[in-house]
Amino acid sequence: MTDLPTSPYPALLVGLPVMMAILSLFFRPRGKAFLGLIGCLLTAVLAIFAFVEVTQLGTVIHRLGGWEPPLGILLRMDALAAVFIGMTALVGALISLYAWRYFDAQDTSTDGFPLFWPLWLFLWAGLNGLFLSNDLFNLFVTLEVIGISAVALAVLSGKAGALVSGLRYLLAAITGSMSYLFGVALIYGSTGTLDLEMLGQVLEAGPATTFALLVMTLGLMIKMAGFPFHFWLPPAHSNSLAPVSALLSALVVKGAFYILLRLWMEVFGVSLTYAAGQLIGVAGAIAVIWGSWQAFMQTSLKLIVAHSSVAQLGYLLMVFPLLILPSGVSAASADWLSPAWTASVYQVLSHAFAKASFFLSAGIIVMAVGHDRIESLRDLVGHMRMTALAIGLAGVSLIGLPPSGGFMGKWMLLKGIFLSGQWWWAPVVLVGSLLTAGYIFMLLRLAFAPTGEKEPFQPVPKRLEVFALLLAVSSFLIVLPADYLIQFLEGSEVFGSGIETVLKGGAYGNN
Amino acid sequence: MEIYQIYSMTSAVLFVIGMGGVFMSKHFIKKIIATIIMGGGVFLAFVSFAQRDALSFADPVPHALVITGIVVAVASAAFALALARRIFQLTGEESFTNDK
Repeated sequence: MTDLPTSPYPALLVGLPVMMAILSLFFRPRGKAFLGLIGCLLTAVLAIFAFVEVTQLGTVIHRLGGWEPPLGILLRMDALAAVFIGMTALVGALISLYAWRYFDAQDTSTDGFPLFWPLWLFLWAGLNGLFLSNDLFNLFVTLEVIGISAVALAVLSGKAGALVSGLRYLLAAITGSMSYLFGVALIYGSTGTLDLEMLGQVLEAGPATTFALLVMTLGLMIKMAGFPFHFWLPPAHSNSLAPVSALLSALVVKGAFYILLRLWMEVFGVSLTYAAGQLIGVAGAIAVIWGSWQAFMQTSLKLIVAHSSVAQLGYLLMVFPLLILPSGVSAASADWLSPAWTASVYQVLSHAFAKASFFLSAGIIVMAVGHDRIESLRDLVGHMRMTALAIGLAGVSLIGLPPSGGFMGKWMLLKGIFLSGQWWWAPVVLVGSLLTAGYIFMLLRLAFAPTGEKEPFQPVPKRLEVFALLLAVSSFLIVLPADYLIQFLEGSEVFGSGIETVLKGGAYGNN
Repeated sequence: MEIYQIYSMTSAVLFVIGMGGVFMSKHFIKKIIATIIMGGGVFLAFVSFAQRDALSFADPVPHALVITGIVVAVASAAFALALARRIFQLTGEESFTNDK
């Protein structure tokens, strides 16, 4: 651990956005927005540099203040963290550029929501910190930073509806993190360490570990809106401002999933059972069907998009049953492990780009028509071709048609399902895609339908449409480096690190 | 029964009471208080685990963690109360309605 190359990037990735956020608080509204945008772009550039460094050096670490763990805090950036940080940077930069123009175009009765910028920078610092953290308690702190700034962003408009759904979101977030923290207490009480890597080695199966796994998984499920704890997500995501909805659904819920993935794969190997995996898989499967069906039944555009998030997060949960080996199977012979978990990463990436684009497009339509009932899409193609194209492309990625990023994720998930012999998940994936196609085509049908008398489309800044379209196109472009990215994630001999080595080392599974 | 076992059990009971309160009550303030009770349970669990077999003195790490945890919990509770107050000012509602 300590002989890994040191790099300043992990510290900067957390420090820079925090400093810019605090600095911007001292300025007037215009200055806040300007400094905020600069901070966002700088952080994105920094993240790209850090990503390149990890591809060259492999996992890099940083000891904060030069203190050695366990006394000091160690940040670790491996392939998985690098991919998530890179995703946050690309999606975050495009949403920031959109937000700059979006708030500018708001009518003068609002003050342009200058507090968006410091809150979003705090959120970004929290996300980067979460991806880089190497111990359970740090993960809790970053979860809280993310939770509080996310709720503050969600209630930014100050409208009563947003406040009520924001309070519901905050209570769910607090309950989730307290539940997670209870698990941390149990783990610390039984092992005396919080370090993820060390825990993977010293944790022993027993009632305390099982209970800790249970409450931590419960807490993280609440945080990532996994079924049946999805109740807070649709109102919170649909009531907030367009750039905020995009941030919340594209990035924030992925944080809790990232911790869940790391915990199940690196830490709790000893107490995972086949039944636990099946249970979380069933929750994911119900979320896929239920969320898609609910999205199909909605009549407001933003609620459709928000319910579709519940379904797309369900696909992520369906990866977990594949990661648990039935007794008697060694990790080396389980050839479905790597398609299964790279599928989840691809699903995260494609959902981040597609859903961000979808919410930004919804924001454009609300701006143009003044409401977000789905009839507002009528004759969209005639008036705003770019936004119609963005919705179409993002929709195709959500359905999972080739050659989109969503296709990569779902195809690899199916591959993992069939290789592992757990065929019963396959129909869920297919029915989910079919239902998704149902509501996407319902929207597209309206977009192409001409109208006799038209509600006037207000002019919308062209640049907003460009950024939404860029995000939608990106959800296709992520397929191009797929080969390279998967190899990078699997930690092949070039990079020599990553979860796959833990799996292949046999320190995992029930055998 | 040793003292730390009493603490541990109390913490579990508090946690469950809080969890039940969050899910079962509708009133804003009741829900917020329930999360605080949950937090109390968690912090008590941390402190009760500070007595470790090999040490003759209390393990300082859980105490450091609890301090951080309390700060975070207080901040979230304050934020939740501020939201609840604002909702009451705007709409006069003081609990969640059933429709959502």
